[in-house]
Amino acid sequence: MTELIESLLRGLGTGSVYALLALGFVIIYKATRVISFAQPAFMLAGVVAVTYLTPAVGFWAAVPLAALGTALLALGVERTAVRPMVGRPAFVVAIITLGVDVAVRVVVNAFIGLDVRHVGDPWGLRTLALGPVEMQQRHLAAVVAAALLVAGLFAFFRFTRTGLAMRAAALDQEAALAHGVSVGAVFAVSWALAGGLAAVAGTFAAAGASVDTALWLIALTALPVIILGGLDSLPGAVIGGLAVGVLQELVATYANDVAWLGGNVSVITPYVLMLVVLLVRPYGLFGTREVERV
Amino acid sequence: MRGRPLLRTSYAEELALLDTPAKRGWTAALLVLALALPFLLTDDLLQLLAVCCVAAIGAIGLGLVTGYAGQVSLGHAFFLGIGAYTAAALSGDPDGRVIGLGVTDIALWLPAAGLVAAVAGVLVAPLATRLRGLYLAIVTLGLVFIGQHIFNEWSSLTGGAGVGRPAATLEFLGRPLAVTDEIATRDQKLYWLMLVLLLVFALAARNLARSRIGRAFTAIRDRDIAAGVIGVNLPRYKTIAFAVSSFYAGCAGALLYTVTGFFDPGSFSLLLSVQYIAMVLIGGAGTISGAIAGAFFITLLPRLTRELQAWVPFISTQPNEVPNVFQVETILYGVLIIVFLIFEPRGLFGLWIRARTYWKAWPFSY
Repeated sequence: MTELIESLLRGLGTGSVYALLALGFVIIYKATRVISFAQPAFMLAGVVAVTYLTPAVGFWAAVPLAALGTALLALGVERTAVRPMVGRPAFVVAIITLGVDVAVRVVVNAFIGLDVRHVGDPWGLRTLALGPVEMQQRHLAAVVAAALLVAGLFAFFRFTRTGLAMRAAALDQEAALAHGVSVGAVFAVSWALAGGLAAVAGTFAAAGASVDTALWLIALTALPVIILGGLDSLPGAVIGGLAVGVLQELVATYANDVAWLGGNVSVITPYVLMLVVLLVRPYGLFGTREVERV
Repeated sequence: MRGRPLLRTSYAEELALLDTPAKRGWTAALLVLALALPFLLTDDLLQLLAVCCVAAIGAIGLGLVTGYAGQVSLGHAFFLGIGAYTAAALSGDPDGRVIGLGVTDIALWLPAAGLVAAVAGVLVAPLATRLRGLYLAIVTLGLVFIGQHIFNEWSSLTGGAGVGRPAATLEFLGRPLAVTDEIATRDQKLYWLMLVLLLVFALAARNLARSRIGRAFTAIRDRDIAAGVIGVNLPRYKTIAFAVSSFYAGCAGALLYTVTGFFDPGSFSLLLSVQYIAMVLIGGAGTISGAIAGAFFITLLPRLTRELQAWVPFISTQPNEVPNVFQVETILYGVLIIVFLIFEPRGLFGLWIRARTYWKAWPFSY
């Protein structure tokens, strides 16, 4: 029982990271109808920025600074590589972001080099005892940070003018344009938000462990998450992220009893889950069903 | 019809593969040049060109499903892997460390590799028929990860991660195809073999593309709802597209590692898929010759960056220094995809069309 609860709590920790990453994907998708395959590169860029900034300004200042820097990077990419493609098929833009991802990641990997880099988080692998169950502090921190950011984001979309503009543009770009919403600014803000979220998510993914070139694979796990939750659903991204995180940890805990699956099967569980869900509900759990018009 | 070479009087002429005298002439010249290359180039270049030919087969396959039928597949690496392991397992040494059945004849393992991959493609197709656009891209991306996990874990077949296994053996009717003898060297023979195979596969793809099936593919790509309305059976043709594409991928995968002779499961990663996407997009989506051009370009890119290194002194050839040629190469994949999609969406084929139309009307502007 303790084992079960502990793996559930671990799952919530990794799930929060997935939720943050998935929110980035969904925000970009809602604004521009494009899936940005560049998110892994942004996440890695953010984490590496944190590892360089922490010795200089401390962890708590480094994370917002890195998030800001990554947001600016995302803004630059949006301006140079994505904005010229407005009006072209979504898959072409998606492939462009794939190209951005490959190119940016090489540059970032060069900054990682061969050393072991740490984000310098204050939690490490210390645990917190809740009665008989133990929870790692970094997972608790990830859950808290994700909760704060998600609450902030939902408030932003609900109560601010920019948030309203973004919702309007997501609903109908032309109508929003006719009402004076600057759709270009909406694109820019959504990319910047996604970049910042990716940086924070990456920091929590690397907390208590080291930063290496394989970290970007974590960001790809957010793809099954958004498929699961539905491409255009923010609550779906959060719920899907937590669900995938919990499932992954449960599989990691209990799959060892099933030898033929091989080691590390938990790495591919999100993808298998995605295939199963898509066969049943092709538009995800919370996504809008696509209406075809001739 | 003397003096009026472009006048067509039948549908057969309209659909002909080489419909103008210029095309016939240039294709013949290119063919002669390609067959004569082994007498002009050194062996290491020929080996590279043999790899190019195999990559072109794979790229044609991806071009059929992505360029013609418009179904974005990021899962090409998975099908390449299936083909490679089927061929290697069939032709492997029965007493070896890894699974081997001892069927060393290329006439047996090549179609088998293609067919097994095609079956995998058909199994994936139900997903493709239900999904469109980006959903499909993500699902096929998931396929690469699942495939990599299987390849890494199934070490009795694949040799295990980081170890690998020998590739299929090139034998035809009991005679080894690629060994140096008094007539030609191994690399010369390898190049000829791969070139002939490429020609066969390319011709088959061109013929498929201009048949009823090919027209159904393009109809689906251009507007799937409209295609459905005029009577194209969408699930059926999407399944065919995936099956044919996977067949090509399987054959390409089987042949790809016979050149180097050894491969490990780490090869079939997302980067391999991205490379094939890059081949199709840089070459020109929706054309066979474009896919071939793209495959040659992308496969020769590492060699080109090495040559470039002589001109750009700050690029190092050591993998532990920054910036090195390997980094430049990977960045170039990314940047070239972006640049071509933004500035010349028709790819290398589009550049050729531009040059051709310019000189067709020269010295007039139109």
